[in-house]
Amino acid sequence: MNWLWNNLDLVLELSVEHLRLSLPPIILGFIVSVPLGWLAYRYKLTRGLVLTLAGLLYTIPSLALFVLLPPLLGISFLSELNVLIALTIYAVALMTRSVADGLASVDPIVRESATAVGYSPWRRFFSVELPLAGPVLLAGLRVVAVSTVSLVTVGVFVGVRSLGFLFTNGLQRGIIVEIVTGIVMTVVIALILDGLLVLLGRLVLPWTRLDARARRRIPVTTAVPA
Amino acid sequence: MIEFRSVSKRFPDGTIAVEDFSLELPSRRTTVLVGSSGSGKTTLLRMINRMVDPTSGTIEIDGEDIARVAPVPLRRRIGYVLQNSGLLPHRKVVDNITTVPLLEGVSKRDARARALELLDTVGLDRGLADRYPSQLSGGQQQRVGVARALAVDPNIMLMDEPFGAVDPIVRADLQQELIRIQRQVAKTIVFVTHDIDEAFLLGDQVVILEQRARIAQVGSPAEILANPASDFVADFIGADRGRRALRAVHTDGRTVLIDRDGRAAGVLLEGEPGE
Ligand SMILES: Nc1ncnc2c1ncn2[C@@H]1O[C@H](COP(=O)(O)OP(=O)(O)OP(=O)(O)O)[C@@H](O)[C@H]1O
Ligand SMILES: [Mg+2]
Repeated sequence: MNWLWNNLDLVLELSVEHLRLSLPPIILGFIVSVPLGWLAYRYKLTRGLVLTLAGLLYTIPSLALFVLLPPLLGISFLSELNVLIALTIYAVALMTRSVADGLASVDPIVRESATAVGYSPWRRFFSVELPLAGPVLLAGLRVVAVSTVSLVTVGVFVGVRSLGFLFTNGLQRGIIVEIVTGIVMTVVIALILDGLLVLLGRLVLPWTRLDARARRRIPVTTAVPA
Repeated sequence: MIEFRSVSKRFPDGTIAVEDFSLELPSRRTTVLVGSSGSGKTTLLRMINRMVDPTSGTIEIDGEDIARVAPVPLRRRIGYVLQNSGLLPHRKVVDNITTVPLLEGVSKRDARARALELLDTVGLDRGLADRYPSQLSGGQQQRVGVARALAVDPNIMLMDEPFGAVDPIVRADLQQELIRIQRQVAKTIVFVTHDIDEAFLLGDQVVILEQRARIAQVGSPAEILANPASDFVADFIGADRGRRALRAVHTDGRTVLIDRDGRAAGVLLEGEPGE
């Protein structure tokens, strides 16, 4: 326990660092997944292709990806960029299917009626289909967030400092408390991000919260004509 | 005026939904397309706002061939009401009504003010404006659907079985409301139903369709009732059975109409309605 009191600063610094490394891949992964997920949703041909590729990408071990990317992209092996790209790839691999599923979950009648009142396809996508896919996207994003937070720890093997440092350092020096602290803080960060996402969902998807309550509140008769 | 000229529609899978259909739909009148399931009613309706393009033939609105009008602007000047209202579930009632005006560049304030007026028009309390569609009953949703269609003040309103999914009492209510609104706004309405009673109630012109949208008969309700063009039509409108068949009985110098159960349905008067 002594170790923890003496190293609170380090733990805090690494936690902030960890969070800073986690956010970009989650956001970038989401942005890249939208067009890919749309491709998977829209055309039969691209569906198989995109989803299979995404599935395969996710099965590549993270360390292997850290080693493979630098020579492929001509970036430094020991760079943050390396970790950022690798984690974005994982995020995309997870998120693409969510986007495809989310778009498929939109009621075709709503889509059709949006077309009928004069939405252009482009506009319809962003102001009708994407928001209505929201709940499925959010579920996917929560998985991506947790997965990314845990994967950031692996970056320590290519010299990118995060809470992962507490694992390796604790292991080398035989300090159990340090290892446990690393694990606990990683979980805490994952939980915080997850909680923030849930809150964000409430904020941007307000109609989804009503559904359960609304059914009970439906008036029996229609309003009397004015 | 909307005019179909020899319009046919063959879907890619080979289904012929409409075959050589020609019809004039007069302006500011309600034309009702009525026919059994699969007769091509929806397909005809959707050809008017280019959700479906004909395989051959032309459709004109006020003399303009709509094949030469881009679909999106065309749709924005035509109101459309669907069976399940088709409201956007993630938008409040008022935002559903203002959708198209906002797309068209109307200011937010004006659009909202107009939306609230439209709620009055369709007989809804303004207090419902900030609810989501899922917080409304089916009948209320349909009224919002009508308000949304009226929001751009279109000349044409397309209505595809708009009252098909609500219970009979609410439906009767909505029908009366539509009659009242139409008296007020006088749009060119194309109304699809498979309920002949609804067709006769709402239609200035009623078009009875067989499969492939072949016209069995076109006319005013009175013309069709008085003179069914074929056995198919007579059978479809139930001319000689049910509550449409009334028997005239002469009593005390007046003619009383008796229904099939022997109850008095009314008194027969001569002359034009309203005299
Ligand atoms: N996209 C499509 N592809 C293939 N066939 C279609 C398509 N849309 C409609 N059809 C077919 O065209 C015919 C007419 O369909 P339509 O929907 O116009 O009928 P309807 O009169 O509106 O029927 P209902 O009363 O059931 O709504 C039907 O046989 C239908 O199966
Ligand atoms: Mg139909």
